Amino acid sequence: MDEAFIRIEKVTKRFGGVTAVDAADIAIGRGEFFSLLGPSGCGKTTLLRMIAGFDFPSEGAIYVDGNDITDLPPHKRPSNMVFQSYAIFPHLNVFDNIAYGLRKARLPRAELDRRVEEALAMIKLSGFGKRRGDQLSGGQRQRVALARALVNRPKVLLLDEPLGALDKRLRESMQIELRQLQKSVGITFVFVTHDQEEALSMSDRVAVMSAGKVLQIAEPRTLYEAPNCREVADFIGTMNFFDAIVTSRDGDIAVLDAGPLGIVRAPASQPAGAAVLIAIRPEKIVLSSDAVSGGVRGIITASAYLGERSHIHVMVDGVTEPVSVAAQNRHRDGAQHNGGEVVYLSWTPEAMVILPRA
Amino acid sequence: MATTEADTEHQRVSKAGITAFLRRSESARGLALLGPTMVIMVLALAAPLGLLAAYSFWSQHGWTLDTHFTLDQYTRAFSRQSYRALFYRSLWISSIVTVVTVLLAYPMAYFVAFRVEKSKFIWLILLTIPFWTSYLLRVFAWKVILGYNGVINSGLMSLGLIHAPLEFLLYNPTAVVVTLAHAWAAFAILPIYVSLEKIDRSLLEAAADLGDGAVRRFLRITLPLSLPGVLGAAVLIFVPTTGDYVTPSLVGGSNGVMIANIIEVMFDKIGNWPLGAALAMASMAMVGIITLLSVQAIRLAVGKVK
Repeated sequence: MDEAFIRIEKVTKRFGGVTAVDAADIAIGRGEFFSLLGPSGCGKTTLLRMIAGFDFPSEGAIYVDGNDITDLPPHKRPSNMVFQSYAIFPHLNVFDNIAYGLRKARLPRAELDRRVEEALAMIKLSGFGKRRGDQLSGGQRQRVALARALVNRPKVLLLDEPLGALDKRLRESMQIELRQLQKSVGITFVFVTHDQEEALSMSDRVAVMSAGKVLQIAEPRTLYEAPNCREVADFIGTMNFFDAIVTSRDGDIAVLDAGPLGIVRAPASQPAGAAVLIAIRPEKIVLSSDAVSGGVRGIITASAYLGERSHIHVMVDGVTEPVSVAAQNRHRDGAQHNGGEVVYLSWTPEAMVILPRA
Repeated sequence: MATTEADTEHQRVSKAGITAFLRRSESARGLALLGPTMVIMVLALAAPLGLLAAYSFWSQHGWTLDTHFTLDQYTRAFSRQSYRALFYRSLWISSIVTVVTVLLAYPMAYFVAFRVEKSKFIWLILLTIPFWTSYLLRVFAWKVILGYNGVINSGLMSLGLIHAPLEFLLYNPTAVVVTLAHAWAAFAILPIYVSLEKIDRSLLEAAADLGDGAVRRFLRITLPLSLPGVLGAAVLIFVPTTGDYVTPSLVGGSNGVMIANIIEVMFDKIGNWPLGAALAMASMAMVGIITLLSVQAIRLAVGKVK
């Protein structure tokens, strides 16, 4: 990305004494599907509302397509928004809801009709134009909200948890539709969600936020496989953490004293003497009932059968938290774990992510 | 002994029977709730109204009431120039009162609904404080303000702006409009406030996001969505003010007399109940028709806003 299409520069937002967004720096490329991900209260919606113009930054600036929009009111901004509640105008029918933003442009009647019909076709609701807003199902309202925003051909589409109110199946199909739609219209999407799977499956890049701060901005795979801190690792998926200390370095490889795990070697940049965390994803741990060289001995304390895989908790001497292991159920008559079995855990050096210990 | 036990058992069952019956039948529950009010409404409202309607088709000859059906009273009510003038003036004054009151009430309701963040309740109480005093007292208060030796006249005179009291302040239709508009303000503020308060704020944000500035946002979203409150307020003011007789008789003077004043005279001083009843029925019918037509017209007009 040479020149950022949306540039958020050191944006801070304070409500009274509360800092909702703390010096956020984000650059979003043209046509990118960009997600703001974080738990509720992390500031992601406030940041989105500042891009839309409903809230104004206490400090910092926001640029879209090279123009400073920091202090523009919402109706003068090149963005449109899909609201969490959809905000379908209850006194207007579907056609007039979608045409709302176009009416100001004073388009010729035929042009207006054509564009609204196109939008209706895009959301697969052709023939629903006369339907009133309160006669629509949740999924239909969501589509109308989307069409109402996109019909204006905005430079940026802002989406505030648009799928949160839908049931699981509908949400999954809408995720795919939304992603395809974004690809076809080529508009930059800024998508707010607290659902990490949603963010990972749909986005080109994701910014993970917590307590007002942007922790990491990266592609989904990088966020999952190479988180840059404990909070990101913890928020995205499940992660096992082990305390360790760098004892010496061997080029790019650090030699770590990981206590109960023994001495391990892993690619890491921390200097000798640094206190670090070894992070390992549950599915990267191999479980075997026979002793393996370098394997860590543990005892199964609990297991949950989830169909395609099982989640197994293993207690390791000297480690306080049980280690989570995700095992694929490859065989129909695979091993059943009732607890108490002695097992050995092993993993490859690449499975380990070495994080600073905060 | 056995009978007593059987009786108690029977009572217990029948008692449970009624509760169970009420619990199961929604319509029975509704009727039970509605019942007491219905009785009062029928006895105190519908029956007298029916009687009034009956009177309007009778006639009075001296001291005797002729109960043969006749449309004479209605013919007189509509054909006599003085009655027609009174109908026009009543409807005209109450229309102006309605428009003025709604126009003044809307900003106040808007302010409390949209601009007041904390303690809205206190604001609503403050707005309704004038209504803690009696209606008559409020009308007299305006007499004190507008009167010959009233607050405005003595104030202007002590400032030296005028040398003799202004006589056009009191005893005319304008004084009636001012007094009625103040007297009925709360009945306009509250329904408008409720309808404004119900508007989902994200709808206004959506309108702004779709390119509307404050004025267009108001015309396209806020006004249509608060229309039920506005219409409710208008009906609530138009209907009773057309028939008001206290205010016109106290501050209206001879030019401010309204239809209710002449109805009162018919029932009281002249003692021609059938004509009074016909005038009352005619005024009710006109208020009803005008209300329905204007509500429909306003609905249509605002419905055109897209």
